[in-house]
Amino acid sequence: MTLLKRGLTRRRVLQTGMAGIIGSGVAPLMFTKGAWAQEFCNNPTGDTVTLGFVMPLTGAYADEGADQQRAFLLAVEHLNGEGDGGLLPTFSSKALKGNGILGKKVAYVTGDDQTKSDAGRDAARRMIERDGAIMISGASSSGVAIAEQALCQEMGVIYMAGLTHSNDTTGKDKKRYGFRHFFNAYQSGTAIAPVLGEAYGKDRRAYHLTSDYTWGWTQEESIKNATEAMGWETVAAVRTPVGAGDFSQYITPVLNSGADVLILNHYGFDGVNSLTQAVQFGLRDRQANGKDFQIVLPLVSDLMAQGAGEAIKGIYGTANWDWQLDDAASGAFTRSFGAKYGQPPSQIAQTSYVQALLYADAVERAGTFYPPEVIKALEGFEFDGMGNGQTLYRAEDHQCLKEVLVVQGRENPSTTFDVLQTVQKVGRDVADYDASIFEGELGPYDAALCA
Amino acid sequence: METILAQLLNGLDKGGAYALIALGLTLVFGTLGVVNFAHGALFMLGAFCAVAFRQFITYETVTLDPTKLSPWGAPLEIKTPMAQIWFGDFGAVLINWSVPISILLAIPVMLVIGIVMERGLIKHFYKRAHMDQILVTFGLAIVLQEVVKAIFGANPISQPMPVELRGSADIGAMLGLTPGMVTYPIWRLIYFLFSASIIGAVFAFLRLTTFGMVVRAGMADRETVGILGINIDRRFTIMFGLAAVVAGLAGVMYTPLVPPNYHLGMDFLVLSFVVVVVGGMGSLPGAVAAGFLLGILQSFASMTEIKAIIPGIDQIIIYLVAVVILLVRPRGLLGRRGVMET
Amino acid sequence: MNIFYLPRRDAITLAVFALVVLTMPVWLVPFGAAYPGLMQKFAIFAIFAVGYNVLFGLTGYLSFGHAAFLGVGSYTAVWTFKLMTMNVIPAMIFAVIVSGLFALAIGFVSLRRSGIYFSILTLAFAQMCYNLAYSVLTPITNGETALQLTMNDPRVLDLMFSERGAGLPSPSLLGQGMSGIEAFYVVAVVLLIAFYIAQKIFVSPFGMMLRAIKSNQTRMHYTGFNTRPYALTAFVISGMYAGLAGSLLAATDPLAGAERMQWTASGEVVLMTILGGVGTLIGPVIGAWLIKYFENIFSGFNDAMLHHTFSWLPQGAQDVVVAITSKFVGEGWQLSLGLIFVLVVVFLPGGVMEGIRRFSSLFRNRREPGPTGALKTSPAE
Repeated sequence: MTLLKRGLTRRRVLQTGMAGIIGSGVAPLMFTKGAWAQEFCNNPTGDTVTLGFVMPLTGAYADEGADQQRAFLLAVEHLNGEGDGGLLPTFSSKALKGNGILGKKVAYVTGDDQTKSDAGRDAARRMIERDGAIMISGASSSGVAIAEQALCQEMGVIYMAGLTHSNDTTGKDKKRYGFRHFFNAYQSGTAIAPVLGEAYGKDRRAYHLTSDYTWGWTQEESIKNATEAMGWETVAAVRTPVGAGDFSQYITPVLNSGADVLILNHYGFDGVNSLTQAVQFGLRDRQANGKDFQIVLPLVSDLMAQGAGEAIKGIYGTANWDWQLDDAASGAFTRSFGAKYGQPPSQIAQTSYVQALLYADAVERAGTFYPPEVIKALEGFEFDGMGNGQTLYRAEDHQCLKEVLVVQGRENPSTTFDVLQTVQKVGRDVADYDASIFEGELGPYDAALCA
Repeated sequence: METILAQLLNGLDKGGAYALIALGLTLVFGTLGVVNFAHGALFMLGAFCAVAFRQFITYETVTLDPTKLSPWGAPLEIKTPMAQIWFGDFGAVLINWSVPISILLAIPVMLVIGIVMERGLIKHFYKRAHMDQILVTFGLAIVLQEVVKAIFGANPISQPMPVELRGSADIGAMLGLTPGMVTYPIWRLIYFLFSASIIGAVFAFLRLTTFGMVVRAGMADRETVGILGINIDRRFTIMFGLAAVVAGLAGVMYTPLVPPNYHLGMDFLVLSFVVVVVGGMGSLPGAVAAGFLLGILQSFASMTEIKAIIPGIDQIIIYLVAVVILLVRPRGLLGRRGVMET
Repeated sequence: MNIFYLPRRDAITLAVFALVVLTMPVWLVPFGAAYPGLMQKFAIFAIFAVGYNVLFGLTGYLSFGHAAFLGVGSYTAVWTFKLMTMNVIPAMIFAVIVSGLFALAIGFVSLRRSGIYFSILTLAFAQMCYNLAYSVLTPITNGETALQLTMNDPRVLDLMFSERGAGLPSPSLLGQGMSGIEAFYVVAVVLLIAFYIAQKIFVSPFGMMLRAIKSNQTRMHYTGFNTRPYALTAFVISGMYAGLAGSLLAATDPLAGAERMQWTASGEVVLMTILGGVGTLIGPVIGAWLIKYFENIFSGFNDAMLHHTFSWLPQGAQDVVVAITSKFVGEGWQLSLGLIFVLVVVFLPGGVMEGIRRFSSLFRNRREPGPTGALKTSPAE
């Protein structure tokens, strides 16, 4: 007590501080280290294996996140052999037996990324550090997906991206531990440009409104390049903040800009709001440059179409998948999903479900949870029977190559869910591109010990 | 020319919303001397009055049609809104016009919410510092928005406008310009007219009625009015209710423009404070003038030509104006000398 | 008397506090919070709150814009990682300097007004910073996508001494890797130093001056003091604390998103300070821990867990209880937070600390009956 009576000198502060660290700090440190002594991060040792699902349950993409969650829960059910098995019977790889993954029952944890990178990374970290998740999947914003993917690379945990359409996810920000089943903006450009050219002519002046983040930027660039290549001109490209709500101040300048096509690089609620508001402004009843004014929504989903209601009719866009496709796998998935939730699955549900299955299948084929082996099992994997036709997980950039759908808002929907119709299936050979057009490196295979 | 006219219209309809919210906020400050951070939440609650009303009248009965199957093999569900079953065609009209009709619901509801808020919580904070008022109303705002989230969920819920009022009007042609050059959505024009008439009504109420006269006297000198034997507190409580109604109505009419979610109040809160400060704390004409001024400024700042000169100006213009006003003329554009000038 | 001197009471507080912080990995286990990510957050947001309290607790100036400094600190730190070195010390130093400069500029302008106008000025500045970072200054902040490290960052200092590695580098402390539990200890030590400095400020003549500003600014003016330089110093110090916290956020997770600058994030530190006890040293720390715990653990409760908790009830009652409580936990955690906050402001303006004080004085009164009036002291600050 004399120490404290006299007050603390610098030396004593250091001494007591060190004593405190030695007395209390290092012991638990060694204890925790011991608990993690394993060959790789979160090696499942019990009879269950935990998957972590991070989705936007609030924020601009919350609608998508809700459907994503439904899909993940369904996937877990099917992996554990419950329900009708979903896509397990149609999947070309027969490694999955409905007895969990490598005989371990699949458990899961979920989290809300709030459509924000910070929150998404926090949730993913919590799952890896606290809940022992062996794989993270989810996200419906490319910003979030790229942030989570980078984290997973550091932690040595495989990341199966959900809905992320930015070129950067498998372009300049690609990671060895990150995989994307969804298509990207570049492929959207390739697919939609010819259809637009045919429908609206080769001589058009386009005005872009763009979500101000990685996805918006790359989509604007890709659509611009693809449309300009066939003769369109770009009048202006204006960036709008994500979640702006009221887009009227950005739409008014379009009226007299000399443009005759408005391209909305918006997704989720942003897309719904900007599209309906643009229609309210009478853009579609307008004449410009002697032509009918048109609106294009390059990336569109069922959920957005339902949200936009009347406004979506006749609008062109691209999609990864649609529940009305007539192949056996799409039918099986729609039945399985519809029976459980009373509504058809959207494209985000399909991509998320498939990602969960692909991971499980890769583990089964690798025969281990050891991430480098699982990665090798996924790289260059050719499969079919998941609703997108013959598909390749390209080894160079971890991008899935498959068909791309060009869709259009249906004029006379028969039910509330029948909102989009597929106007063209763009084949995998057309949607294919050279992986080296985007920079970026995948990085090493080495398994980290939870970093 | 056409571009400027279009942006001006846009500024007026944005400004209408700002002015209505700020009006209530400054009214509460002027009468009760309370800085109400929960005022944005009142706007949001108003919007959810419209949502609740629509959900009530579109409550559906589900009958199964076993002859037809959905794509997943379940019998097709046929949904009929209850209102249509009860009232027939009138039910359909009711649903179509649900947003304007829910004004009738919002007025009493918001009045009650406002009075309960004042009597239940804010009353106890008159004597405490402005800081404490900010804190307690900030807490209240969080509680209100979370309650709405618990009931209605986190997602925005879109409120269609009546079919007759969709589409746009050709303002340019009406003013003798080339037809088709300046078109503007009808509902946004209605919103502007609506806010203008509510503002007019509030001013008329304060100017032309005895009640309003007493309230204005109380705003000028509360103690003297109290000494004269007038129960000024009760009138001020009613004014709080009135402010809640004004904010609520702004919210109701706003729903067809942007689908409301629980966070709407917080989004508008900062903005409305900025408007009040620019106009002058406690000054009603100031709030209205500042509301429209800022709406127009924001709209013009979003023009491509302006942004080419000062990038990003559209994102910060409002705050910039607030900072300048606070530094140069702290009592605001039309504020009274001596009110909050330090 | 040397410059490291602390009064005995504070020295004991510091010692106990150090013990509590450094043993977190042990005593947090039963609470399910003993994982590095959350413990790092506990320490970082404690720094943020302690610094915020230097301004709000001592001078009474209610700033609604401190998250901006946190964000500036994070961006500076990530840029230091990208351009210079992955060592965290330069990142921390630069972050503190840059956020201090921001605080100087914003504080200089905002402090020309007081009371609610000050609050609104800080709010306006913070929103400007946020909006710019979110969408206009994207070359610097990378906007919504968040600023991240890339493989081909220059990292001038690091690459003078070593080759580029195969993967992304991670932050380090003098060559020592910084991840997981190690990072927690680094952050915890920084917290202790920050706490110690705050203690020094509280007992210093400067601290007294700040308190005088809070209790009666007018009188200070009349006695001929120009209070603004003092208030500005407090503002800058708290801004530097926020910047430090921001740099540590980046050091434990090298990514900086604009969301952390939003005004609601500033509101969060206000909540922390009030909840714990404004003007006390420990209070804001407790507030920060409570809120972060709520946000991370409480929010994870779901219906299944609730059913498990209430499984001793009969089925019908169980459903009702779960239906009601589920509104307050899980996704509804902010509702509970808001309610608690309102209750605290109304009934317990001194926060948790005042609660503890009241409780302990109640206890003392019972033990020693007699003239207890003197023991019922009102909150000191």
